Amino acid sequence: MNISESDFQFITKLVKELSAIALEPGKEYLVESRINPLAQKEGFASIEELVKKLRSEPQNGLRNKVVEVMTTNETSFFRDIHPFETLKNFVLPELIEKREKTRELNIWCGASSSGQEPYSFAMLIKENFPQLDSWKIKYIATDISDEMLKRCRDGIYSQLEINRGLPAAMMVKYFERQGTEWRVKEDLRKMVDFRYTNLSENWPYMPPMDLVMVRNVLIYFDVEMKKQILGKIKKLMRPDGYFFLGAAETTLNLDESFERMNYKQSGCYRLRQG
Amino acid sequence: MLAMVIDDSKAIRLILGKILKDIGFEVVDAANGVEAMERLKEVGKVELALVDWNMPEMNGYEFVCEVRKDETYKDVRLMMVTTETETSQVIKALEAGANEYLMKPFTKEMIQEKLSIMGISVG
Repeated sequence: MNISESDFQFITKLVKELSAIALEPGKEYLVESRINPLAQKEGFASIEELVKKLRSEPQNGLRNKVVEVMTTNETSFFRDIHPFETLKNFVLPELIEKREKTRELNIWCGASSSGQEPYSFAMLIKENFPQLDSWKIKYIATDISDEMLKRCRDGIYSQLEINRGLPAAMMVKYFERQGTEWRVKEDLRKMVDFRYTNLSENWPYMPPMDLVMVRNVLIYFDVEMKKQILGKIKKLMRPDGYFFLGAAETTLNLDESFERMNYKQSGCYRLRQG
Repeated sequence: MLAMVIDDSKAIRLILGKILKDIGFEVVDAANGVEAMERLKEVGKVELALVDWNMPEMNGYEFVCEVRKDETYKDVRLMMVTTETETSQVIKALEAGANEYLMKPFTKEMIQEKLSIMGISVG
């Protein structure tokens, strides 16, 4: 099935309006691969039929579904191991030492998708820093998709998902089998506060952050929006906090307030000192 | 790097063998635990063995126990690749000395991710 140019433009305009995510020409394959299953699920014979419905009924709930499928990305537990190694070996030990007096840490995961990243990080904390059990940890994870947020809160993963990137020892420790699916155990689910946030709009109040992870998201925005988001992250971070981008992302030529740390392929940044 | 695929299904042996070859392993295979023990003695050490659970003669769990009894093979990374999905089975395999556990069906990406978890660097 090939998407027509006008349907592609309609979808990209809709996604840009509702999420600020910029789908450049050349991404037709991506739109096709995401919208085609949605069209079938919603009972349309083709993408063309689905777009026709969207054009004729602009307020149809289908708009949000289109945005959701276009903004949801395949992920796995402990995706790209380097940032997790950096967190475990350098960043968290340093932050724990610095916050020893207040015994408080605020953490934000800015695109939780289906939850693998925030839960991976929660497992990393549980496995390596048991002393944090007695600390006040505010761990917020946000996403633009209500459907994904529900999935995150439910914490239920298929066998195919649980097979991706998760060490078996952690699987049996932090998940319980429910039929053919696996559910995150309650104590881990309770660690993470999942909330709705559209990165391209006004952000709800969040406390000053010690650690911010907004990985593999900025690549979807245009330059202006990237600058705006980085500016807001800068204001949200504590001066000695840390910030993680995806391995293929950078603050270079966007915001010079950030300094890239020399930790192997981990996309780790902090605010320039002084 | 030498790997062994142990599964009573010829089709699975072929599929896993191809994945491992693509990744850069030389591959030998066996159709059950007894055959695998014999093959191990022939070839000496392997770096990695992917082991099915349900096989005739000696099943995968028994194979893991046998291998872990022998100091010669202490560095061999063992991963169960099986349709067994009960938590108790996973725990049993890990306690017996399996390094990882993958539930069928699998993909090449899953195999690569699990190898990475076991500290085997893949291309």
